[in-house]
Formats: sequence, structure tokens, C-alpha cells
Amino acid sequence: MTRVVVAGIGLVGPGLADWATGAALLRDPGGWVTAATVVPAPNRLPPTERRRAGTVVKASLVAADQALAMAGADPATLPTVFTSSTGDPLNCHLLCEALATPERLVSPTRFTNSVHNAPAGYWHIATASRAPSTSLAAFDASFAAGLLEAAVQVQASGAPVLLVACDVPYPEPLHAKRPVADTFALALLLAPGNRGRTLTLQLTGDATATPCPHAGLEGVRRTIPAARALPLLMALAGNAAADVVIEGDTGWALSLTVGAST
Amino acid sequence: MRGPGAVAVSDFTLVSALGHGRAPTLAALREGRSGLVRRGFETARLDTWLGVVDGAEAVRFPDPLAGFDCRNNQLAELGLCADGFEHSVQRAAQRFGAARVGVFLGTSTSGILATEIAYRHRDPATGALPASLDYARTHNTYSVARYVRERLGLLGPAHVVSTACSSSAKVFATAARMIAAGLVDAAVVGGVDSLCMTTLYGFRALELVSTDICRPWDAGRAGLSLGEAAAFALLERDAARPAAWLLGAGESSDGHHMSSPHPDGAGAADAMRGALAAAGLAPGDVDYLNLHGTGTPGNDAAEDRAVCTVFGKTLACSSTKGFTGHTLGAAGGVEAAIVLLALQHGFVPASLNLRDPDPALHAHIVRETALRLLRVAASNSFGFGGSNACLVFGAADRVEGRA
Repeated sequence: MTRVVVAGIGLVGPGLADWATGAALLRDPGGWVTAATVVPAPNRLPPTERRRAGTVVKASLVAADQALAMAGADPATLPTVFTSSTGDPLNCHLLCEALATPERLVSPTRFTNSVHNAPAGYWHIATASRAPSTSLAAFDASFAAGLLEAAVQVQASGAPVLLVACDVPYPEPLHAKRPVADTFALALLLAPGNRGRTLTLQLTGDATATPCPHAGLEGVRRTIPAARALPLLMALAGNAAADVVIEGDTGWALSLTVGAST
Repeated sequence: MRGPGAVAVSDFTLVSALGHGRAPTLAALREGRSGLVRRGFETARLDTWLGVVDGAEAVRFPDPLAGFDCRNNQLAELGLCADGFEHSVQRAAQRFGAARVGVFLGTSTSGILATEIAYRHRDPATGALPASLDYARTHNTYSVARYVRERLGLLGPAHVVSTACSSSAKVFATAARMIAAGLVDAAVVGGVDSLCMTTLYGFRALELVSTDICRPWDAGRAGLSLGEAAAFALLERDAARPAAWLLGAGESSDGHHMSSPHPDGAGAADAMRGALAAAGLAPGDVDYLNLHGTGTPGNDAAEDRAVCTVFGKTLACSSTKGFTGHTLGAAGGVEAAIVLLALQHGFVPASLNLRDPDPALHAHIVRETALRLLRVAASNSFGFGGSNACLVFGAADRVEGRA
């Protein structure tokens, strides 16, 4: 059993512009309307990098900054965990296209940006942070795996950790192989302690993941790996205690107990 | 000597250009024989040296696992079979239960070669990829961890760390934390990365690949030689007869540049200090350091500064990338395995291809493999995005105390 406190939250998703407005919609989903995700330009990046960075970098950084602002945290010393099922899908598609031509001309920037830890790299450069960072993937379990890793890090170090989860759709032809509906990013600033909004994690066997009680949001949850977090975000948007199971892989799932708002 | 955070390394193996398993690797390291060959790979004909694993294409996947068929999982399968590693994992699963064994592996490009090839065979009318491409089980970053779980029937938590060339060092730290938190009792860690067009042409575009064989710490070093490998270790809460101990791990970021290290190696030094602190050791306690040592001018210079800052100029150091090539996301696991061999068998592996030492670099580079009993040895791994990791291992019979 691992217990952490949720000190800050960030969100960008379909019909969910940010955590401040999104939390109200997640509390009362009757007002939520489906709309394509709009990823604002991250102020954190200098203009040249803002142009070069892929959507996964932009959405990750926007969500991360929301969580930091909510908690008033200093990013310079904050360890980070970035999780994504797919990384930067457009960049990957363009690389594969270039490599299928006889010339195989690859742009150095495109290759550099192809690493799965590109969002982490850009974040730590932008915040001048030498704190540890990891970037991971677990297909549809990517959010659960990232949350587990971040919470275990908080427990091991006794210090806050920033978790950022983001998935972005592939263009065709890869979209047909791995359909991801839209961009979804969230950030949770996790801290040690018992005061505030507690989150208690336990591994369970193949427990059934908690669905969203709203059909539209349930569709989002099921079609974007990072949106597997939605039932947790809905619990955090409310004030009551709640139990949530997040999808893992065969043999494991993440059982979460969200403490009541204090 | 062994702190409360130490984790038993109960078994390990590796498959690289040096061969399948520990014995051919050990022989090549002792004889100073490189596995690098000037050759092409698949349809790539580049003027470069490569560390290619022999026999990967011959691996076949039985029916329930057929969808995993790609070069990356072929390397993984060779690794699981080498030195009976799969049987050690199954013993751990019987001892602790399959749900108490985690899988944490590193890769950079996973099975993307399968998609690269599929892009050459798109439907001319629709642009669609061939139906035979199994994206989830080959290309996706998680593929290799999913393969190892399904192949060995493991049910514990799992993920793939993909932080470029530090990936498979960082998974040792992940597993040690998961064991300390009581979430698992054992974990399969390591990394698998296979040659593909993305890395061959990508590193060439960055002008980081040498046409010469890689020459870490040489004044005339002109870049890296690429390789591929699978390396696995089994970490356990405790073990009656461990191969070695993982004493500590350190991780840091550069926060400097996406593809160039901080020139002073500040982040790299943080990772080394972090590993020593986690192990409860002083710099003078370390007997050997396996360098990241890619052989690019900038990487070696930055690492040299960091190593000299933390350890001074007398610690025995070598880069073993002249043996295996730079195996990218597998490099941390490969070099951990080489360090474990050095601890078990009492030697310091040579840094190959060093003809004319760079006078601007000051770390003590071991140029001939030397017999020497080692008590504590460390391994550096650094990657794009400014991701740094350092692992510290202790010899089983020379680090006092049992759990």
C-alpha cells in the first residue's frame, strides 16, 4: 500500500480546456460537450522550440504547468515521470515515410524528437531542472504504470514528484493499426503526507476498471490510453471519498482510494 | 558495505555481437576481441561498423506468441534462452508467485523495424499498411515487456522505460524501488534494442556515427558504432547465493539540450553522486567504472569531466562499446552485465581501439584487460533528452553481510 497526496492537477482533453473549467464539468458531466482537444501553445517553451515541438510535448507541458501553478511548486528541483503509450505519432509517421523513400533523408531534429522522453527533455531544459526523470510506456496500462511509478518514487524519496500522462493520435496509415481518438494530457503533482487530498494505491489482480458514469466521457476513457485516468479525475473533481480501479495489464490493475476533500 | 537498500542480482545474461550468453562474452572481453564488423544491415548500406547479433532471424514464435514476431522480440527470446535465464525467472515465479514478479525493461526503438518495412509495402490505392503488421506486439514501445510477461507467464506490474540510451540502466532503479515498496518480490530487468533504419539513418543525420570503428577517449575519435543486444537480470528481495548485489542507483537530468550533453557533465556527475549516496559509499570505494563512452567527441569530453570531478583521475575506467557497439536502449543492461561479469571473474575489461589518448581527457582508461579482484564496480548510462543514470554493484563474495 502506497499513500500520496495530490497537490496539483493539470488537464487538456476533448471538451476539457484545462483543470479549472474541466473539474466543474467532471463534477457535473451534464454540461460537457464533445469537442476536439485544443492544445494551447506552452508558454514554458521559447518560440523556436514551440514551433518544432510535437503535440505530445506541447500538451504534456501545458498540463504540467497547470499542476505546478495549482500547487505553487518550484519545478527546478522536482523529479518527473512522463508516461505515454504512443510518444509523438506524427513525428514517427514522417520518419517512417522518409525511411521508405530511396534517399532515406532524415532530419536531425526529427530524429532527436523521436525519443520517447522528448517531453521530459524539453520540460527539464525549459525549467533548468537537473532532477531525475523517467519516461515510460505500458500500452493501454500506461497511465496506471506511470501513476504507480510516480507514487513509489514519492514513497522512496519522501519528496514530491510530477506525473505527466499524454497520448496523441497517429495519422493514417498507423491510425488504422492503433486508433487513438484525440489528444489527452493530465498532470498530477504527488507529494508525501496525509494532509490534503490523499490517494492510496494498491495492486489488485484482474479487477474490472471503473467506468465513467457518463456515456460520452466513458467513450473518451476507452479510446485514449491517457484518458484511463478520467474516473480518478472525476473523483478528484468532487469532494467525497471514492474508490477507483484503473486498468493495468493481464494480472494486475491499480486500486485507488481517494480521500475526502479536507 | 551493503546498505539496507541493496537488492540481490540472482541471475543475469546478455546477447550481443560478442555472442549468446555469458561465456562467449567473457571470452571476448578477456581476449580483447571486438564484435564490431564493417558491414550493412537489412537494406542499409552505410560506411560504418556495426555490432550485429548472429542468429536472430532464425528465432520462430510458437502460435500464441506469433504476433510478437519482430527482430526486437527475436533478440529478447535469444536473451531469455541464454544461460537458462528463463528457468531462473520461473524459479522466482514459483517461489514468490507470478503476480509478485515485475517486468521493467528498457528500449529506445522497440520493434519499429517492422513498421519501417511495412511502410515500404503500403497499399498503392489506399496507403494502408499490410494486414500482417501487428503494431501492438511489435512496434509499440511496450512490446518487449509484454512479450516477456506472456512468454514467461508473469503477472506482476510491468512497463518499458524509454529514455533513449539510459533506458535499461534506469529500470534497475525502478525495480529496486518497487521491491522496497513491497509491491513485488522480484523483477526481470534489462533492455532490448535492435538495429533499425530510424537509428542507422538518424544518428548519421546527426553526424554522430563514425565511418571508423568507435574509439572512446581517443584524440581522433569520430563518433559511435551502433550495435544491438538483449540483456536481462533477475533482481530479488534477497537470495541465498546471489550473483552480485545492486548496491545503489542514481538518476538525473541535464536540463541542457536534447541531443548534446552538458559540457561540464554536471547532470552526469549528479547521477554518479546519487548512486554513491544510495549505496552509502564514498568515491574511493569504487574499484572500476564502466563508462558510457560512446566515442563521440562531445560525449566523451563531458563524461570525462564528470568522472574526474566525482572520482578523480585514478579510478580504473573503460568503455566497452568498442566490443559491442552502442546498443542504445539496451546499453545500460549490457554494460551492467559486463560489470557483473567483471565482479564475478575478477577483471577490468579493456577500452578497445584507443590508439592515441586525447590529452584533453584525464580519466584513467584501462587499455588492456587486466586481472583484478573487484569489490565494487559502477556503470554510467546517458541518453538524449539529457537523461543520466549510474548503477553501483557489489561482488557477492566480497560485500559483507546477508539480508
